[in-house]
Amino acid sequence: MRQRSQLAGEAIAGALMTLPAGIAYLLLLLLPTLATVLLAFSDYELGAPVLGWIGLDNFREMLADRGFGVSVRNTLIYVGLVTPASILGGLGLALLVEAGARGRALFRAVFFLPVVSLTVAMAAAWQYLLHPTIGPVNAALRAMGLGTPFWLSSSDTVLLSLAAIGTWESIGFNMVLFMAGLTAIPRELYAAAQVDGARSAFDRFRLVTWPLLGPTTLFVLTISMIRSLRVFDTVAVLTQGGPNKASEVLLFTMYQQGFTYLRLGYSAAITLVFLAVVLALMWVQTRVLDRRVHYA
Amino acid sequence: MTARIAVLALLGALVLMPYLWMVAASLKPVSEIFRASLSLWPEHFAAAENYGKVLARVPVLHYLWNGVVVCGGILVFQLLFAVPAGYALAKLRFPGRGLAFGAVMLGLLVPPHVPALPLYVAASGLGLLDSYTALIAPFTISVFAIFLFRQFFGALPDDLLHAARLDGMGEWSIVWRVVLPNAWPAATAFAIFSVVSHWNDLFWPLIVVQGHAHATPALGVLYFRSEEAGDDFGAMMAAAVLMTLPLVLAFLLAQRRFVEGIATTGLKG
Repeated sequence: MRQRSQLAGEAIAGALMTLPAGIAYLLLLLLPTLATVLLAFSDYELGAPVLGWIGLDNFREMLADRGFGVSVRNTLIYVGLVTPASILGGLGLALLVEAGARGRALFRAVFFLPVVSLTVAMAAAWQYLLHPTIGPVNAALRAMGLGTPFWLSSSDTVLLSLAAIGTWESIGFNMVLFMAGLTAIPRELYAAAQVDGARSAFDRFRLVTWPLLGPTTLFVLTISMIRSLRVFDTVAVLTQGGPNKASEVLLFTMYQQGFTYLRLGYSAAITLVFLAVVLALMWVQTRVLDRRVHYA
Repeated sequence: MTARIAVLALLGALVLMPYLWMVAASLKPVSEIFRASLSLWPEHFAAAENYGKVLARVPVLHYLWNGVVVCGGILVFQLLFAVPAGYALAKLRFPGRGLAFGAVMLGLLVPPHVPALPLYVAASGLGLLDSYTALIAPFTISVFAIFLFRQFFGALPDDLLHAARLDGMGEWSIVWRVVLPNAWPAATAFAIFSVVSHWNDLFWPLIVVQGHAHATPALGVLYFRSEEAGDDFGAMMAAAVLMTLPLVLAFLLAQRRFVEGIATTGLKG
């Protein structure tokens, strides 16, 4: 009898404790997400009295829209530049910082600083740094007798500049993730590898560190891709997608269509494309993680 | 070993460049900035002029206060919703637990940009645009926090809970007085993750805020740049320094906790 009333009490307490979160989840996450899916198949514009169902027209428009194609292409280039740079850089920094005890905390803090700095403010700092005439970068290039590009205002270099800023921002984040992976590798393995003839540091990296870091690397890879796919702040602050759409990226296009032109239906369709790519990346990650051998 | 320090110092200096030039320019008069000299050290100090201009033209303290209100409000609600839910999912048997956990896992897949459009329509329909409510409400539910707390609470020993129940404590007081105090590492890690991401967020504030009254620090920098600064890079950099400083100071004071907090919560992306 006591047992049963206790179970009932537990069931009631459990239900009550998940209820507030459940309601908030429903109202603020689940229903709005479903509404976005529905909006994507409508021609809804903010303030319009009625909305019409137009099926796949938004997606058709996307395919025909040259601007959207440019936006997707730019996003892919940006992700393709930032992901490898911030992963290789993060791994290199992690190896270098972890290689000795001296200055470990200091350098970890230095490289991590951009992760916690206000992106908008740092974007303004980068704008000054990369200013074509008064910026220190070009001043240094001039002093060395080199050319002085219009970093953020030329369509040739704008994506490269944004990618450099994005890499600078996320390299410390990846470094910290790699450092966590490195500390999980048992020390004895390095001694064993040395006994087995792995004399050089590179051999030890190739035979021990790299394979054991596999799961971490895959994790960092997907996280980096998803994070760089979400690039918005620097574009909104520095270029507004310009010059001439050369730095137009997916989330900025979505933002402009939805909140500047108030074409919510079309913007929702772009959001779904964004969501599909994110989900695909997550799916690939779990598939590969399930399949691969775990060493540690 | 000294080669390691030398390489690290060089790379560190490179990463710190934007900060060094930002601070240097905030101390220089406009004429000096326009000469584009490669000297970091100002010949004439114009700190009072630059910082004075920022403080006089835009309500810097008000922006920072808005940032505190928004980040604090978001965090309090996130904990209020997520801590009991995480505890129930980890330690209590109740009908619908499997469904609730499935909902959490599903929610983890959705980036915050996805529900943004309907939330904007709702906020606009309710007349809530440009308010603290609009800035805070969408983020009060964090499925990630529920997930994190469920994992952490699951590792707490059941004996601890049994003892509390034998002492006559109800489940609610167990949550706040027994479970949460034993979960500080998870709670601080999440708090740091939450505050850093919302302090730095631009996307949502840009959508719902118009004007200075509810502008967050990120928006404040943007407003100052477009309305006041123009080509006045000295004042612009002073504004950037002022808005960046609070979180950077907090980071420097507790950098171990920050790094651990972001590393353990890094999976959110």
